[in-house]
Amino acid sequence: MPRLLTGLLIPLLAATLCLVAPLAHAQLSIEITGAGGQRIPIAIVPFAGEGALAPGIASIIRADLERSGLFRGLEIPPLSPAPTEATNVSYPEWRSRLADALVQGSVAARPDGRFEVRFRLFDVVKQTPLGGVAYTMSKEQARTTAHRIADYVYEKLTGEKGVFSTRIAYVVKRGNRYELQIADSDGASPETALASFEPIISPAWSPDGRRLAYVSFENKKPVVYVHSLTDGKRQVAANFKGSNSAPAWSPDGARLAVSLSREGGSQIFLVNADGSGVRRLTSSAAIDTEPRFSPDGQSIYFTSDRGGSPQIYRMPAGGGEPQRVTFEGSYNVSPRLSPDGRTLAYITRNAAGKFQVALLDLANRQVQIITDSDRDESPSFAPNGRMIVLATVIGGRGVLSAVSADGRVKQRLSVTAGDVREPAWGPFTE
Amino acid sequence: MRFILNTALSAAFLATVLLAGCSTTPTDEQSPAGVEDRKPAGPGTAVETKPIARVDVTGKPGESAFPELKDPKSILSKRSIYYEYDKFDVRNEYRPLVEAHAKFLREHPSVKMLIQGNTDERGSREYNVGLGQRRSDGVKRMLLLLGAKEDQIESVSLGEEKPKAEGQNEQAWSQNRRSDMLYTGEY
Repeated sequence: MPRLLTGLLIPLLAATLCLVAPLAHAQLSIEITGAGGQRIPIAIVPFAGEGALAPGIASIIRADLERSGLFRGLEIPPLSPAPTEATNVSYPEWRSRLADALVQGSVAARPDGRFEVRFRLFDVVKQTPLGGVAYTMSKEQARTTAHRIADYVYEKLTGEKGVFSTRIAYVVKRGNRYELQIADSDGASPETALASFEPIISPAWSPDGRRLAYVSFENKKPVVYVHSLTDGKRQVAANFKGSNSAPAWSPDGARLAVSLSREGGSQIFLVNADGSGVRRLTSSAAIDTEPRFSPDGQSIYFTSDRGGSPQIYRMPAGGGEPQRVTFEGSYNVSPRLSPDGRTLAYITRNAAGKFQVALLDLANRQVQIITDSDRDESPSFAPNGRMIVLATVIGGRGVLSAVSADGRVKQRLSVTAGDVREPAWGPFTE
Repeated sequence: MRFILNTALSAAFLATVLLAGCSTTPTDEQSPAGVEDRKPAGPGTAVETKPIARVDVTGKPGESAFPELKDPKSILSKRSIYYEYDKFDVRNEYRPLVEAHAKFLREHPSVKMLIQGNTDERGSREYNVGLGQRRSDGVKRMLLLLGAKEDQIESVSLGEEKPKAEGQNEQAWSQNRRSDMLYTGEY
């Protein structure tokens, strides 16, 4: 019976999605493939009164937690009366439904037109409450609030910070129009920060999450801008003679490492975020580009073909003799450090010409390929280091893919009628 | 070639017009001055009067004082140099073309040129910016050796971002491994 039901439901669901698609064309849609082995079964009861909020609350929390690959949301029959955070929990009953954890909550309208959302998280196995929070919010903040609750649950149950409240920047190309967009980590609520008829590449978040540095070709050449997201103000960070590209923020947010051709070739320089104080860091006859600071700010990793093929090197952040970091393969580019600084993600080209995401453990030198696609670009770590978002091509279209750092959980994020590329996962924000 | 150039020009013009009219874009169209360092005159500093440099930008895009740059019978109307995969040297067949443009730059020292290097789509976007720069730098170096002046030429890279031909095959890629020479008013 369940199998039959699924067989009937999926086409029905697909048809519904098709009808909805034109309205939601600007939004990234998510498809999850694969999942972690040990998933925590969790019951998230629909919040009492959540019908007052259009997107709901419980379903967003459940989708967030399931996307991590670490949780499995349980189906819950309608409960009457709808429990709230204050309702006594019958632990044996939830145990019999195989729940390890339980979330109950409520939504209540306040006299000022705002809403109060409360919830409580329970450990069903140990039969103990784990805590709860009350939020006051406007009607429009339902998604944000649900993501925050998911972060709370994730941290309580895994011991790591959740990233459901963080945002992802990426570039959408439709025809000859380019848009730099920013969406929730689940692809919802996309907003356009910049629209242009010339390419935009390499968005990079400032450490405080308030600004994006990127490269725009609107002046018929690559120029590095710093864009303040709240007021849309843009400042030129590097517009020297020649090409200006590949911005990367120092961990203190004061400076950018960039690749400039102003003195010939492509070399790495430091500039202050306002474009002042330019200083050259590398001195080679090669292409030196794609700089990235280590999280402690001590080193800069970058791509260079000084050895004959593009490989990843590391040098002191103030400049100095670079050391080669990658050795396997003839094309290793786009270095990205994990937030704890222990792992290097990069793009490697294998013997068959496939471009894939590799992870290098900087301590034991082990390399692991974590994707099975073949045109991967621009990996970007989630701020908790658990997931990596990347650009790839599937069916001739640019899509984003997110993969867990152990390679087991994969999600695909795409837009209809357009290419998505150049993802950058934003930092934790308060 | 004239067609391609005109298309590029009208596209650029269109882009400017459309961008200007794009009201939902929170961009600051103010021209940038991020790398200038202007200090206010301190007390006691003498006020100097310097001759005003006249800048004339009234010429419409597409109008050129040099019809030979657009004349399909003139070698100067040819602007593109194509490359082998992973190669950056200007092949012998393009030498007369580069020599003709060097001569033109020598004879018109006030004329300026932008060289845009391009790559095919394979590999990292940023590394491809570097590869395109290597191509445009090579053309610039050759023009300088042939007598053009440093301040006449800017070499830049568009990486893989502005393909001339779409498609994931060698035919398209060979069109996209390219340097384009553009004169003032054409970019």
